[in-house]
Amino acid sequence: MRVLYPIIVAALLAGAVATPATAQEAPTPPAQHWSFDGPFGSLDIAAAQRGFQVYTEICAVCHSLEYLHYRDLAGIGLTADQIKAIAAAVTVPQGLDDNGEPKDGPATPADQFKVPYPLPNPLQQGVTHTNEKADRAAHNGALPPDLSLIVNARPGHADYIYAVLTGFADPPPDMKMQEGMNYDKYFPGHQIAMPPPLHEDQVTYADGTKATVDQMAHDVVTFLAWAANPEMVERKQIGWRWVLFFLIMAGLTYAVKRKVWADVH
Amino acid sequence: MAGQQQSEFSNPLINWIDTRLPIFTMMQKEYGVFPTPKNFNYFWNFGALAMVTMVIMIATGIFLAMNYQPNAALAFDSVQHIMRDVNYGWLLRYVHQNGASMFFIVTYIHIFRGMYYGSYKSPRELLWMIGVVILLLMMATAFMGYVLPWGQMSYWGATVITNLFSAFPIVGHPIVTWLWGGFSVDNATLNRFFSLHYLLPFVLVGVVFLHVAALHIVGSNNPLGIDVKSPQDTVPFHPYYTVKDSVGLCVFLLFFAVLVFFAPNFLGDANNFIPANPLQTPADIVPEWYFLPYYAILRSVPNKLLGVCMMFGSILILFILPWLDTSRVRSARFRPIYRQIIWVWVVAVIVLGVCGAHKPEGIWVVLSRIGTLYYYLHFLVILPILGKLERPLPLPESISRPVIGGGGPIPSGATARPMEKA
Repeated sequence: MRVLYPIIVAALLAGAVATPATAQEAPTPPAQHWSFDGPFGSLDIAAAQRGFQVYTEICAVCHSLEYLHYRDLAGIGLTADQIKAIAAAVTVPQGLDDNGEPKDGPATPADQFKVPYPLPNPLQQGVTHTNEKADRAAHNGALPPDLSLIVNARPGHADYIYAVLTGFADPPPDMKMQEGMNYDKYFPGHQIAMPPPLHEDQVTYADGTKATVDQMAHDVVTFLAWAANPEMVERKQIGWRWVLFFLIMAGLTYAVKRKVWADVH
Repeated sequence: MAGQQQSEFSNPLINWIDTRLPIFTMMQKEYGVFPTPKNFNYFWNFGALAMVTMVIMIATGIFLAMNYQPNAALAFDSVQHIMRDVNYGWLLRYVHQNGASMFFIVTYIHIFRGMYYGSYKSPRELLWMIGVVILLLMMATAFMGYVLPWGQMSYWGATVITNLFSAFPIVGHPIVTWLWGGFSVDNATLNRFFSLHYLLPFVLVGVVFLHVAALHIVGSNNPLGIDVKSPQDTVPFHPYYTVKDSVGLCVFLLFFAVLVFFAPNFLGDANNFIPANPLQTPADIVPEWYFLPYYAILRSVPNKLLGVCMMFGSILILFILPWLDTSRVRSARFRPIYRQIIWVWVVAVIVLGVCGAHKPEGIWVVLSRIGTLYYYLHFLVILPILGKLERPLPLPESISRPVIGGGGPIPSGATARPMEKA
């Protein structure tokens, strides 16, 4: 029956070798170094704050961040006063006034991030969901996705978002582009409706960091990774405690087991 | 007092209760002094691990249900609400989400242990069949639970799987409409799946109780697959197996914690972070990893009805496994050929799983057909014939015997004699 082992090994190898054959048409995004990588990874607060600036000044023109509230910004290290000021600078719908007319007013930290398109029910900021028709109409038929979960919602995750943001290029001469579409090396199908969003020195960072395209892309992806997984830092901290606890418990329990079983033969 | 039972417990309160309702006596009998073969290896941890996982799933699920909205317009948002705003909601959800995978991992290992050591053979056939019912209930529960977050893969997975029933002639389409509660997967479907996802785990608890009850009637199998011959062969369940199960439990929870805290979405699909959209089909609809082998079997057959039958058949066939395996020797240790071909079957299942994750094109179709064929060949041809042809190794006289004098490898010949009775 030893003859079976080569067959098993061959079957497993066939599985391993055949895998790359299904690689997608877009190249794999190159792996970047992220502050939140790995079990020891944390959040680069400065990069996330710069990324928030990039989102606010550039992305927010088209992309919503529906699942975030202004209060959540404490997670990237902003103080209560800073958050209040950021929210107060935004005008959002605030239900009806005493005459039954729609009322606008400055946002508070408890408000959801303002969405950049008319809401299905203009009275109600909050209870989400895009007015997809208005959104498409404003963007030449394309629908800018909500970015709250974008880092989780694409295979390749942060690396992929970074690759798309920095992957704009001239199309190869033999490629026929549809009207209004832009060539991106990493976008599936290579034709993306979003024009290259980032340009050198488009934002002025308060901390003096040079706003290159790569820098802005890296910062905004760090911010979006936080937006998709705001619990990440706390999760890993708690995780280490549990892992240590179970390691110690496993050791102790095994010692007890040895002792209990010592007399059994 | 007439009709009152005697209790040995000295604590007056426990004694008072126990004389009226002997639950403490029962616990003492079934989990305290319960005679258990003393030669279990760590494979015998996995039943207990599955039980613990079930409790974790129910506990986290109850708290999730307090914050979840089973409404097609709100479900996805409410899951994000749990993840972002509910205190430790992310922990509840990640434990529940990964707990489903852990439940299947430990259950699959538990089933494999049963197959390797012949635990399904007489007198444990019914115990095994109840176990297969548990597996089916788990699968139904997991499938409906996966629909609840109402992401793209939830929605399209539900569409694909419920549509399978349309393969049946005449009754097929009415069944699908009935399952959906409408003419497509929609709010009505989500509502009923939520209701059933909350109900079935408690049915599961009931069937698990029967599984354990049946186990305690016939007693556990053991790695040698021979019957307990004398009290020397056993140890009381407590403390020997409570402590041994605890070791396994700590290691298991360590593994579980690593997944939950450091890679909570490792086993998930990126598409399920996109809200369900009935107008946009994802490029590739893939089930969760624990359904991949069945999915590969389904897609390996060109005929839809036959594919559906083969897929369900791949689990239903386990019901008759006790009669398909004609060998009277339980443990693979004493079956020189079976102990090798069982691994070929494992490889076939893994190959099917890998095939299920890929689009059914080229090599994957060929591999999944070979895998499916072998899966059925194993049960329907190899096992019945092998039992007749295989020459089992001599069985040890008793569980205590082989370990006397150093506990080395089982001596062949000297102490062994032919199997008398399975």
